[in-house]
Amino acid sequence: MTVSLAEAIPIGNGRPRRRQAATLLQRVLLRIGFALFVLWGAVTTVFLVLAILPGDRATILLNITSGQAIERTPEELAPINARYGFDQPIAAQYGRYVFGLLHGDLGTSYELQRPVLNIIREQIAPTFTLAIAALALAWVFAIPWTLLTAGRSQRLGSFGSAAETVMAGLPQYWIGILLLVVFAIELRWFPVIGGTALVDTVLPTVTLAIPLAGFIGQSIRSEFDRTMREPFVLSARARGMSAAGVRSRHVLRHALIPAITLSGWAIGHLLSGTVLVESVFARPGLGSVLVNAVSNKDFALVAGIVILNSFIYVVINLIVDLVYVVVDPRLRGSV
Amino acid sequence: MTIETTGEARPGLRPGGSSRLRTIIPTAPLSVVLSVLVAFFFIVAAIWPSLVSTHSPFATDLFNALSPPTPEHLLGTDDIGRDLYSRIIWGTRESLLIGLGAMAVALAGAIVLGFAAALAPRWIAEPINRILEILLAFPTLLLALLFVALLGPSATSLLISVGIGTAPGYARLIRAQALKVDRSAYVEAARALGHPARSVFLQHIAPNAFRPLVAVVALGIGQSVVWASGLSFLGLGVAPPSPEWGALLEAGKANITAAWWLEIFPGVAIVLVALAFTQIGRYIQDRSEGAAR
Repeated sequence: MTVSLAEAIPIGNGRPRRRQAATLLQRVLLRIGFALFVLWGAVTTVFLVLAILPGDRATILLNITSGQAIERTPEELAPINARYGFDQPIAAQYGRYVFGLLHGDLGTSYELQRPVLNIIREQIAPTFTLAIAALALAWVFAIPWTLLTAGRSQRLGSFGSAAETVMAGLPQYWIGILLLVVFAIELRWFPVIGGTALVDTVLPTVTLAIPLAGFIGQSIRSEFDRTMREPFVLSARARGMSAAGVRSRHVLRHALIPAITLSGWAIGHLLSGTVLVESVFARPGLGSVLVNAVSNKDFALVAGIVILNSFIYVVINLIVDLVYVVVDPRLRGSV
Repeated sequence: MTIETTGEARPGLRPGGSSRLRTIIPTAPLSVVLSVLVAFFFIVAAIWPSLVSTHSPFATDLFNALSPPTPEHLLGTDDIGRDLYSRIIWGTRESLLIGLGAMAVALAGAIVLGFAAALAPRWIAEPINRILEILLAFPTLLLALLFVALLGPSATSLLISVGIGTAPGYARLIRAQALKVDRSAYVEAARALGHPARSVFLQHIAPNAFRPLVAVVALGIGQSVVWASGLSFLGLGVAPPSPEWGALLEAGKANITAAWWLEIFPGVAIVLVALAFTQIGRYIQDRSEGAAR
């Protein structure tokens, strides 16, 4: 594929290395273009959902700020509509919104009457710490678990994979409740009401890590079993390498590739998973802000957090893919 | 249109079904048998709750408020002495119906988008593919929360939100399945024989692309119950006086330091349903893959 493409399109003076670099650059640019497209799509989807679906935004805004829930007269609504531009055509509102986003302006919160970006900036640190810590811990759980149970006897393998299925299927909020009851209420090892100190971060991290470890473990296991049948495993054993050495040095390294891709996907889901976990542990962060915003219909804040989440998701997946294209020569042939 | 096709597809499948069922049952592993029993128990509880419950779900017994599990109150009582076991049983119907409804919403959307993305002419399929890629950039929970914000908290909005939140993933699955069937040799043969596109779709593509969906539905019901209860737990779904499982968890939050059973047991019900349906779904998936080989 690469060869035929490079031959069809004469690039530069046709020296092979430069040709290869050109196709690599082309792939990288294509991938970046795709990421930008998904980002634009995410922004547009959120805008359309909030602008077109029912519920008069000016009424909601007025009711949130005044703490009432009543019908409003057109005279009351007119200044609000004018200030937020709700009276303009949809296309104009959309243009203004995208223009604002490009300048780092996520709008103003309906309820708190402050820039959405400032609210997010204040609350994102504990949430992001939690998500990253959970991802790291999930890997710490999953690697020894698969090394111990994958590619050995049938029985051990099916036990390992059953445990992973159960872990991956458990709802995060219930794991959180269970850990809270056992370790905070009965054993009193951790505080019941959480802050953001290290000791308060332990239980939420474990809560998020358990289901993720199940997913990562499943993904490593299937690739691990496949790699164990590769010829290079036999040849390494024939060279006199120990079974444990082959498993941890050769097989594991190959088996990690799909799990790394999965981790990129997991970041976006971890950030939203923190919503439930922060609620269980009464932990401050973006999650509790989001729950509040949803129940108060603070659309500007909801939209800001959702867009930020998809931004992080797209960027991290872009980085994972680009690293692959650069590191793994086999992937340069196809997108 | 799509509903019609399932109706037409089924009679053709039926003859093999009952005899195959007889050969499956004795060979099913223990975990699947247990899962079927658990699922059966909850289905009975949903249809006829008074058969398996011990108390009325709303009867208060103030002398036994916040009682831990005892022979009288199997799973304990809440802060105004309502029997937790009976409340979980009476909450089964609403929890399962929301799960089923969300699954139906998700599947309806996913079937239309998935088939269109795989089989429609290029100028329709390409934009739908792009839209699916965009929707997959939203985590399920966030997409669901976006719609809860719009529709306000209620059982109906829960069902729609969870359905929309989970639909993109299923759409991708169905698209892959339809593509696989569309490229298979027997479809090519039918086309080569000159069958019109409509009858190729109805007789070959639709039945073979729909068969694996049985497993997806079983897997999906469990997951929908988990998502819907999660939203109720956040206070964004069904409100507490209802014995819906997520609402029970939400109501128990206030007493978690005094009465752990109020938070643990409704969760056990959710986990049992999720695991049982997942296990059944996986088993059907493995069996149908084996049959295809």
